[in-house]
Amino acid sequence: MSTKTKTEIASMIKRIELISGESLFKCYQCGKCTAGCVMADEMDISPYKVIRMLQLGLVEKALKSESMWICAACFACRERCPKEVDLAKIMEALRVIQIREGKPLIEPDQVDDKVIEEMPQQGIVSGFRKYN
Amino acid sequence: MKYSYFPGCTLHTQTKNFNDSIKSTSAILDIELEELKDWQCCGAVYPLTTDSAMGLVSPYRSLQKAHECGNNLVTVCSACYNVLKRTNLTVANDGEIRTKLSNYMDVDEYAGESKVLHLLEAMRENNGFGIIKEKTINPLKGLKVAPYYGCLLLRPSKELKFDDPENPTIFEEFIKSIGAVAVDFPNRIECCGAYVSITSQRKVKGASESILKSASNREADIIITSCPLCYHNLAKEQERLEKDDYTFKPIPILYFTQLLALALGLEVESCGFESNKIDARPILKSKGLIYRGDA
Amino acid sequence: MKKIGVFVCWCGLNISSTVDVGKASEELKNYPGVFYADDYKYLCSDPGQELIKKTIIDNKLEGIVVAACSPNMHESTFRAAAEAAGLNPYRVEITNIREQTSWVHSNKEDATIKAIQLIKATVEKVKKSEDLFPQQIPLTKKVLVIGGGISGMTVALEVAEAGYPVILVEKEPQIGGNMAKLSETFPTLDCASCILTPKTAEVGRHSNITLMTNSEVVESSGYFGNFTVKIKRKPTFVDWEKCIGCMLCQEKCPKKTNSDFEHGMGKRKAISVAFPQAIPYRPIINEKECIYFKTGKCKMCVKVCPVDCIEFEQLENIVEENIGAIVVASGYELLPKEKLSEYGQGKYADVIDGMQFERIASASGPTEGVIRRPSDGKIPQSIVFIQCAGSRDNQKDRPYCSKICCMYTAKHAMLYKHQVHDGTATVFYMDIRAGGKGYEEFVQRAIEDDHVLYLRGRVARVYEEDGKLVVLGVDTLSSEQVRIEADLVVLATAVIPSEKAKVLGQTLKVGTDAYGFFNEAHPKLRPVESMTKGVFLAGCAQAPRDIPETVSQATGAAAKVITMFSKNHLVSDPQVAKVNEKICVGCLQCEPICPYKAIEPETIEVRIGHTVEKRQVATINKGLCQGCGACSVACRSGAMNLSGFSNEQILEELKALCL
Repeated sequence: MSTKTKTEIASMIKRIELISGESLFKCYQCGKCTAGCVMADEMDISPYKVIRMLQLGLVEKALKSESMWICAACFACRERCPKEVDLAKIMEALRVIQIREGKPLIEPDQVDDKVIEEMPQQGIVSGFRKYN
Repeated sequence: MKYSYFPGCTLHTQTKNFNDSIKSTSAILDIELEELKDWQCCGAVYPLTTDSAMGLVSPYRSLQKAHECGNNLVTVCSACYNVLKRTNLTVANDGEIRTKLSNYMDVDEYAGESKVLHLLEAMRENNGFGIIKEKTINPLKGLKVAPYYGCLLLRPSKELKFDDPENPTIFEEFIKSIGAVAVDFPNRIECCGAYVSITSQRKVKGASESILKSASNREADIIITSCPLCYHNLAKEQERLEKDDYTFKPIPILYFTQLLALALGLEVESCGFESNKIDARPILKSKGLIYRGDA
Repeated sequence: MKKIGVFVCWCGLNISSTVDVGKASEELKNYPGVFYADDYKYLCSDPGQELIKKTIIDNKLEGIVVAACSPNMHESTFRAAAEAAGLNPYRVEITNIREQTSWVHSNKEDATIKAIQLIKATVEKVKKSEDLFPQQIPLTKKVLVIGGGISGMTVALEVAEAGYPVILVEKEPQIGGNMAKLSETFPTLDCASCILTPKTAEVGRHSNITLMTNSEVVESSGYFGNFTVKIKRKPTFVDWEKCIGCMLCQEKCPKKTNSDFEHGMGKRKAISVAFPQAIPYRPIINEKECIYFKTGKCKMCVKVCPVDCIEFEQLENIVEENIGAIVVASGYELLPKEKLSEYGQGKYADVIDGMQFERIASASGPTEGVIRRPSDGKIPQSIVFIQCAGSRDNQKDRPYCSKICCMYTAKHAMLYKHQVHDGTATVFYMDIRAGGKGYEEFVQRAIEDDHVLYLRGRVARVYEEDGKLVVLGVDTLSSEQVRIEADLVVLATAVIPSEKAKVLGQTLKVGTDAYGFFNEAHPKLRPVESMTKGVFLAGCAQAPRDIPETVSQATGAAAKVITMFSKNHLVSDPQVAKVNEKICVGCLQCEPICPYKAIEPETIEVRIGHTVEKRQVATINKGLCQGCGACSVACRSGAMNLSGFSNEQILEELKALCL
């Protein structure tokens, strides 16, 4: 059950819309984003369902989900969305909310030295930009 | 044609072979690339939030500098391309952000007047593929090349306008121009899993594996890419597949300019094949495309 | 000073809750020129109208103001009441204190002030009003129907049966339109041509119908009741009068080419008739494919023709017709597959659209009704149907629902399952829109009896892998990504207007919406009329719809035409522009501004003293003028005036409001 009041939830939804610049209510749940998502298999909540939860005000549940950290921001969903909803931006808003609240996915010292050594600089920078 | 050149962080460090082959081949093709002085990291990802402009500071700085040099800006790494081109569009369309950035950085306002081009686009603009065809002295006949586009070159297509996002052709044109055969494999436009691998390589397994299998299904000899991160993820996944799946035959992954260098008749040694994770030289040798080289 | 009456309507609570109607009528009683003022609960009611009539007669009123709802609603009601009381109806003016006052304000005090001011302004307008009289316009009782599909044919037959001549123009060489290409029809599964061909045959033989196939309307002028149109008759290269329809030419013609009628699913000869039941049953030569036209050699058709009717030198010609009304029934097309890049951009032979499926399921089609896939002619073991392919899609600029796809997809899946019992038919849908008699039952039959698998979700991609089509979709009801290997994929592509609709709209001066569908005059109350008087709409030219709805609408359009033709002349609205020739300087600035081309120059003779001078002035065609008033704004000398909205009346209104 949600511990937040109706007003708090409404303001969280507003905040997500503000950060992402996207309207959550444009989405009509066709699932095309998910149909073509190469990372969906790894997600605990399907991409279209993340939006659905936000539409329903289940913000905390959405924030607890791992899906936003799995999203690789490849924009395939945005490219195909018939309603022109940029789901990548909504995922980013969820990440940013967590990060700004001091809950990043990773800290630099948690990353394996071998990964840092092998991964191209571009990958390391993008990883930290998205996760910390 | 003269351009400012933005190599980006990876090309100066881990993927020098990519950078070297760009420089050596563009010289032959009369594409003059002048490296931007004091360039700094593009940020690697285009910021997807609308409430903070900080992520745009760094790419804006490079764009503004290139404009001062009076040239259009060429870049090659897919991530740099994606970030710089989108930022260029943002500052062209959004006066408020533009002013904010200029004030913050204390520089002249730049409104996206210069173009940001991927090297392939710069080629396309100036009949480059025709020129490549003319200057190819070692056509890569019979070599089946799988062009892996990935995401950052193609999407979002409305902003990048690089190619048709579902059915792109620019790599195919390039492959044709060097005399090789383009392999049409369906997963060429799908994502490799990108930065997600920083947390665990396992999470991008599915994405990377399907790309490799898709290319291997179509009997590709070589995969080409323009993105160091894609290169990395595919190579890592290939390492795993080699161990776990004895039916899988690894495919060398190259930066596209490495093949270009070979086709334009540069010495095999200068194509940077030795730095690739899987050596392409045996397959190139077996196709009679190189006669020397180590492997 | 005229004796003016003011009636303030309460409209129940609609007006009276926000406007103090009592105060308004009280204040108007003391306004100069107002002889009578009162308020009433429902002026539009019978007793309300009686009150108006009685008051006019008893007080010998010379003009009235009704402060009520929008004139769009009841202007005609109140004008009729005044006329019954002997007052010229154009001396009745409406003040809109509902839509423009009570409904848009919440402060009663302010709203009352506004209402009073508006009523006073209208009183000033009425003071300057004049008696106006409608004019009679002659009428040509002949209709032009554009489009020979099921809607155009329905209109043509109805009007022809009522006894009026019809010209039916069709751009293809034969009539029947898209319906002629269909296999079977939902929800009854009766064969489309079985129900269509009696109609085409009747159109072909009806003595009141002049059929002009292979023809297009290229120009239109005139006004309602009196249009002149030019029709381009494209060459068929066969003298259809002489031709006996033996089709020896088609049999012997050595050149095979793609058939438009078969939508790429079948071939036809360079000289051919599209299908066996075509009306007219006459062949046409495809100029682009014919060997003779390309090389100057062959002439096989000439050799075999028993009646010598091949005419290679035939040219297009233009015919002119005078008509009274036009019905636009230009039909629909499907969004080209090339626009759907995620579904293969048209490059896979076995990704077809709904109409192509109709052809391979049609008994008279290229596979004689056996559902075979185009690439290798194999009978597919698995078909995936993708609905909303391009529809309900802002990215493809088609945010609307194409309306017919849910039903025809269910039909397609059913037809397939009836042929291939062990085959798999999967439908990706977003919502099943089966509103229609027997429609929902039909879809349920497909699901329950024929085991068509319905998956709720869109498809992201279709591509080819190992000779199979791979469909990447999702089932949002189970949250599962779905990957299906199919032998054939059928796209229910968006219904779009006929390619030539936009140009036709410009020719006829009929507006289209953002997608190119023709705009109706009112979405609810005038759905078969266009905004241009005398031009009516039928079928998919206006919006996507199925056959029953098309036939209903076409019958409605026909009824409109028949009603129009039932009178011996037409009555024009007298509220049109008029020129004061005395002050018109003949600059004709008004001419290009008129959207209805109702203004022309005219030379008049003016007597100045003893001499007579010739002078150019503007003149109005009262039949064409729609009373928009654009000319009166443009007129620099103030010679142009709109009756019922004269410059003087509007100035008086403004004075009352602003001074």
